[in-house]
Amino acid sequence: MNSVSKPIRKKDAMQLVTGKPVYTDDLAPENCLIVKLLRSPHANAMIEHIDVSKALLVPGVEAIYTYLDIPKGSRRFTCAGQTYPEPSPYDRLLLDKHVRFVGDPVAILAGTDEKALQRAMKLIKVEYKVLPAVLDFRTAKDNPVLVHPEADWESLCPVGADNRRNLCAHDECGSGDIEGVLASSDIVIDRVYHTKACQQTMMEPFATFCTIDAYGRLNVVSSTQIVFHCRRIIANALGIPKTMIRVSKPRIGGGFGAKQTSVSEIYPAFVTWKTKKPSKIVFTREETQTASSPRHEMELHVRLGATKEGIVRAIDLYTLSNTGAYGEHGPTTVGLSGHKSIPLYGKAEAFRFVTDVVYTNVMSAGAYRGYGATQGLFAVESAVNELAEKLGIDPFVLREKNIVKEGDVMPAYYGETLTSCALDRCLQKVKEMIGWEQKGQVRSVGENRVRCLGMGMAMQGSGISGVDVGGATLRLGEEGIYLLSIAAADMGTGCDTTLAQIAAEVLDCSPDRISVFGADTDASPYDSGSYASSTAFVTGKATEKCALKLREKIETLGASLLGAERKDVTFDGEKVSYQDNFVTLSEIAAASMAGRGTLEVTECHTSPNSPPPFMVGACELEVDLETGEVEVVEFDAAVDCGTPLNPNLVRVQAEGGILQGIGMALYENIEYSEEGVARHNSLMQYKIPTRMDVGRIRVAIESSYEPQGPFGAKSVGEVVINTPLPAIADALSKAVGVRFTELPILPEQIALKKRFFRE
Amino acid sequence: MLQIKRYVRATSLAEAYELNRKKSNCILGGGVWLRLSNRRIDTAIDLSDLGLDQIEESEGEFSIGCMATIRQIERHEGLNAYTSGAVRDAVQDIVGVQLRNMATVGGSLFGRFGFSDLLTVFCALDSYVELYQGGIISLREFANKPYDRDILVRLIVKKTPLACAFACVRNTRTDFSVLNCAVSVQGNRALAVVGARPMKAACYEGELDESFPERVASSLSFGSNLRGSEAYRRKLCAVLVRRALEKAGGKR
Amino acid sequence: MTVTIFLNGNKITEDVSPDETLLSFVRSHGCKSVKCGCETTNCGLCTVFLEDTPVLSCALLAVRADQKKVTTLEGLPKEAEEFGSFLADQGAEQCGFCNPGLIMNAIALFRENPHPSDEEIKRYLAGNLCRCSGYEGQMRAIKEFVRWRDSNEQRQ
Repeated sequence: MNSVSKPIRKKDAMQLVTGKPVYTDDLAPENCLIVKLLRSPHANAMIEHIDVSKALLVPGVEAIYTYLDIPKGSRRFTCAGQTYPEPSPYDRLLLDKHVRFVGDPVAILAGTDEKALQRAMKLIKVEYKVLPAVLDFRTAKDNPVLVHPEADWESLCPVGADNRRNLCAHDECGSGDIEGVLASSDIVIDRVYHTKACQQTMMEPFATFCTIDAYGRLNVVSSTQIVFHCRRIIANALGIPKTMIRVSKPRIGGGFGAKQTSVSEIYPAFVTWKTKKPSKIVFTREETQTASSPRHEMELHVRLGATKEGIVRAIDLYTLSNTGAYGEHGPTTVGLSGHKSIPLYGKAEAFRFVTDVVYTNVMSAGAYRGYGATQGLFAVESAVNELAEKLGIDPFVLREKNIVKEGDVMPAYYGETLTSCALDRCLQKVKEMIGWEQKGQVRSVGENRVRCLGMGMAMQGSGISGVDVGGATLRLGEEGIYLLSIAAADMGTGCDTTLAQIAAEVLDCSPDRISVFGADTDASPYDSGSYASSTAFVTGKATEKCALKLREKIETLGASLLGAERKDVTFDGEKVSYQDNFVTLSEIAAASMAGRGTLEVTECHTSPNSPPPFMVGACELEVDLETGEVEVVEFDAAVDCGTPLNPNLVRVQAEGGILQGIGMALYENIEYSEEGVARHNSLMQYKIPTRMDVGRIRVAIESSYEPQGPFGAKSVGEVVINTPLPAIADALSKAVGVRFTELPILPEQIALKKRFFRE
Repeated sequence: MLQIKRYVRATSLAEAYELNRKKSNCILGGGVWLRLSNRRIDTAIDLSDLGLDQIEESEGEFSIGCMATIRQIERHEGLNAYTSGAVRDAVQDIVGVQLRNMATVGGSLFGRFGFSDLLTVFCALDSYVELYQGGIISLREFANKPYDRDILVRLIVKKTPLACAFACVRNTRTDFSVLNCAVSVQGNRALAVVGARPMKAACYEGELDESFPERVASSLSFGSNLRGSEAYRRKLCAVLVRRALEKAGGKR
Repeated sequence: MTVTIFLNGNKITEDVSPDETLLSFVRSHGCKSVKCGCETTNCGLCTVFLEDTPVLSCALLAVRADQKKVTTLEGLPKEAEEFGSFLADQGAEQCGFCNPGLIMNAIALFRENPHPSDEEIKRYLAGNLCRCSGYEGQMRAIKEFVRWRDSNEQRQ
């Protein structure tokens, strides 16, 4: 292959490293209105009275909107970026009389300068009727306090939601006689695990600007992964036709799923639609950390039955998920906690997977890399690690006995058949990389200092089967240059480049010959967006199909120019040849622009399956048993993402994902005050790993070939975050002698041998 | 949101002092965390032009101007030779180089913040502050003085022969300390200073024997916050004091 | 009050509010490479040089830069491209949002310590957060850059 699998530079790389103005806030018009939100200080309250008259008098204030400005009878909507009809309930209004978490917007302010808005904010008089709040998600179901008591709450899909029970979703599934198999198992591991609402903490905060274009349409430029869903969400929020809205994204300063929810767009959209003036919102870091779309907090109860030889016979998982004040991604994330953990164990005779997703009065959760699989894999892999310890079997050996293999049907993975899998090779590779057998799992390296090893496995999906749509348009332009137009969102992932590599491979040219445009709802072909690990696999396949079609058209037109049949000509990327004659690509392009039929193709792709990528990861930690300090000496991992489209980008994705996983395992904590105020509200308090916190991260690529993917590729973006959680928890558990079941595991827990931080 | 009406670069300490008598005015140190406060300041007073950003070493002492940055003390060879690197150990993990290029010794000490690593390490040394009005008083006395409108002009560290060391625990490497401690030893007397309890640095002085670390831990008070509980801090205290003593002992 | 700031070699004299940050000042003068990532001095995205010292422009009042030289990545296009191309070769620029701050501080590191050890690199750049890369790709790029620069210097 000439383009695919080559470690080429990202197309935008040099613009980024030289600091060019390519992000939302860099591009916003000078002197546009600044939008700020007055947010609720209460976790659950009704606005009894709101008076903005004094605030409006502040010079520089253009407009202030409250729930009174939202037309009565407006339909509720969701901000989740999902394909319609969204599984997430329609439970929001742009502004609501009922505020449901500390940080819920109470008023939208727009003005010419920030100081004026700050002053105005203080002058808005709000009287609240403070209501009791549901802050502990374990008490939410059937709590007499309802987060969404309103009659116009809607659930569009049969996800088991019931707002009268604080239920955002409920589901049950299984196969085999779970209780019977557990009862006859030699050993049952029975544990409850807890993970928190970690923040994506992308470096670029949420940012959007809006203008009115020459046609009177609302033009929205936003840091979003989902331009098309965003257009629908804004249309729903504003109650205007989708045809009146255009959404595009410039460069995105990181997303990780945060920007798969429309967190910031609806507010400036409303301001600009009302005032017909340009406006922008840039969230502060505090808003980004406290009123956004973090991971769903989950409590996971695992019962795992096995033979004394270590064959996993049954997995019973109950997941309780906290969606917070609104249901964004609530019904769907929880599913991955079981469907992307249980199938790893190919020999299980039975499984059961029951889920409840509950509303509480904290910020709404959303999509974060891993999307529920991360939480589920922490629980199931931790239980398997404990099983290995109890049985005295090496965790790698135990995995080797159990793992799913190519050709296996996976009952807990929607009955799909596994068509590509290098999990066995990943296990072998990581075992060697970390020196598992030579080092031993726990060894003393000084007084009160130990080195310990731990491991875990992971899988994810590649797009949502039968739902996600990838789209690509390819056009041959003058001088034989191609334009690839997409609506998948490069958010640093490099998909603008990898998709060009796919097209270049088909069209026999250098990726440099392919310009990439996107994403823009007016000009890009429809694509559900970049999430659910869909872009490489689904949009990649669409791009491949598109390039093949265009190649066919080029050959056909070339043949006709040469007076030949398509079957008799060859195309080498530069020219179409027939016997001794040829026409160049630019001649063909010129002909296409002179009435010989345009050379433009649009293709879309939907996959009936979601082939899982796999990963194995292992850590070596050095633990100070007295102080509880942990040093991540090394993290080694091997990933099976099918064919790596660009090994450099696979590698950096994996390294970055691993460090996020390490952060979630060791540092990133979320706590609320008794009043429901998020305490980790800044990067001063919410500690993501620095470069001092980690020793070495090493990644190996163990390729498989996925027949359904473009050139054999599967996804890689999400699977990479999952393995550090169980690996680190297990290493520490063995070193300290306490089974850690809650993340993060802070030095305090290690030093005091506490399973929970607030014990 | 921080609001400042007027900015003045003082041309003399007398001018700065006069301006600062007004409660709504404020002396700027490095100003790094000024913006985190929701203050309205009438006049922000900058001491940058007063030549107070030098570290001077004489035979008997170091004189550190209040506008010297944390990065300057981190890199000062004489100061680190005298303290066997304890000063560097105390400051080198504070956020990042850029912040340490801005944050000043005066600002850090005048605030007497609970989390301060600087206050802890300098309290363990034979340190004094020169106040514009209050004259020279020991840093330990200053640490417990109520806040007033005086100006901290310089920090003086006397080269008293002692062995010292710093130790701390951070949840991530550049986070605030969960607990920090500095010790200094002269003969068989030891001084332990423990900060980030999370309350500000407190001292314990006593005879250096095996039970010293435990005595420090049991005599000081500790509290809980986001970074750790009282029980954890108490445990850490004994461990860190012991380790700092070992480190100091090794360097004697 | 009126200040004069030498921004990337351009003398700018104008009225600024005493509470305006240097970050807002340089962005309003077109230096959009300087980003705001946290407002609490923790992320390093807003790193600029004051005289030749790397500082956080989000925490510095613009008035304090009066009569001083301020440099942003826009003022160092050659260095940015030179070092940045090594990040690009690793794919380590990723989303790119932290890059200008990182590159500014890396340039400061190389000026201060042309041959830093791994540990010195990590410590000097500890205040530059990145959420994409896991820092490994940045480390590879830095080491490759130093190797390239040294071999270049030898040739000359």
